[in-house]
Amino acid sequence: MPLRLLKYAWKKPEEELRFFPSEKPLKQSYDAVIIGGGGHGMACAYYLAKEHGITNVAVLEQGYIGGGNTGRNTTIVRSNYLTSEGVKFYDASLKLFEDLSEDFDLNIFYSTRGHFTLAHTDSAMRTMRWRAEVNKHHGIRSDVVDVETIQKDIPYMNVECNGQHPVMGALYHEPGAVARHDAVAWGYARGAQLRGVEIHQKTQVTGIQTQGGKVVGVQTNRGDIQTNKVISMVAGSTPRITRMLDIPTPIEVFPLQACVTEPVKPFMNTIVVSGSLHVYVSQSSRGELVMGASVDPAELHSTRSTLDFVEGLTDQMMDLFPFTSRLKIMRQWAGMSDITPDFAPIMGKTPVEGFYLDSGWGTWGFKATPISGKTMAHTVAHDQVHELIKPFALDRFENFKLVGEKGAASVGH
Amino acid sequence: MKFVNCPLIGKRALSEFTYGGVVKSEPDLESVTDREWAQFVFYRHSDPQIQFEWWYHRPTGIWFVFERDTLTDRIESIRMAQKGAVNDA
Repeated sequence: MPLRLLKYAWKKPEEELRFFPSEKPLKQSYDAVIIGGGGHGMACAYYLAKEHGITNVAVLEQGYIGGGNTGRNTTIVRSNYLTSEGVKFYDASLKLFEDLSEDFDLNIFYSTRGHFTLAHTDSAMRTMRWRAEVNKHHGIRSDVVDVETIQKDIPYMNVECNGQHPVMGALYHEPGAVARHDAVAWGYARGAQLRGVEIHQKTQVTGIQTQGGKVVGVQTNRGDIQTNKVISMVAGSTPRITRMLDIPTPIEVFPLQACVTEPVKPFMNTIVVSGSLHVYVSQSSRGELVMGASVDPAELHSTRSTLDFVEGLTDQMMDLFPFTSRLKIMRQWAGMSDITPDFAPIMGKTPVEGFYLDSGWGTWGFKATPISGKTMAHTVAHDQVHELIKPFALDRFENFKLVGEKGAASVGH
Repeated sequence: MKFVNCPLIGKRALSEFTYGGVVKSEPDLESVTDREWAQFVFYRHSDPQIQFEWWYHRPTGIWFVFERDTLTDRIESIRMAQKGAVNDA
């Protein structure tokens, strides 16, 4: 290691491959253009180049790499969903996550912690049993556990919950993990660049050109580009992109807020979620409590944060972990969640030929990063929807074939 | 805390209200096709815009219609919902 450090010190800055590429002019045309330089966009570019040999690709990002929801989530990865479609999809994602550090030659701090979804009512217990059985059917380690087991694993938790809504049991999901979200986007971005993909930051798409129902180009604030394939992977900005092509969707955007406390001594190794209390919490490797709640009450295209959120969240947190009343909130922030009526994503082809959609990521987008990149890359390369994402087609709503993924977000649904 | 000025009930905290979604135009139930019904229930353009929304005031049980900008969160106007007038609220 010291030798490597010494070599690094003698290098000029431009010799070392950078995660954030320097600005360069846009080419006139690309084989494919990806809108959105977050985890999903970078993963799609990475797999297009690595698995399908399509490298003449531009990723256009209006801000900076991973500056949207990729850097705003609470980094939880799990696959204990309710529907078969969801379980298969997220399990494939989790398996990809496990190998990412090696794939990238970059430590993404993937840390398998175990994941408790607490139940405070009989009906919640019934849902936990349902989810456990669906999970087991697909070979995923999920079990219903009793209060004693929970208390043993998380001794600092008040399972009585202040006497108002005592914990009755939980769904324990052993593979539940956390990862460093920025590193996931950076790793994919670096891997894609190494294979020839161009990443353009501060490049905003202002229009998409079509001819006879087919995509022919993209307009940006830095000039026009010719391309026959455009993939929109912009999460909370999806309605602005679909508006350009006049494609109506069932997506509505709600802010989702999160916050972290000051760092404290490690006391909790697992991820804890309570749907009834609308909280989820894990302790980061720095010791901070990373906490989130359900989405804000009304539609809003903004990343503002509110005191109402912190008040509501901490009120519930203190029922579960009374000692947190002494902790200070260090930071709070928000992301724009593109929520769908059935809490499953919208992926694949659209009525406009050459325009592919990866959206509807609501509160479940980060954990799907690798698999959405992989399946979307397959869909674009072969112009044929990948088997895993067929149930998530945009037209499922007009065909009344909703997915009904109530286990989607940890809380609030 | 955010406050709003409503007709009849005056200045109230926004936390007393429940959001009821955007005001939509309901198709004629007698002649509607499955596709039109799906369009009405699910599909829309939800890019940032000034829109009319249902808001329920829980303490008084009154439904209001807010005209709100979904980009800035600014409320442009508030009126009470009219009984029976679903489509034009």
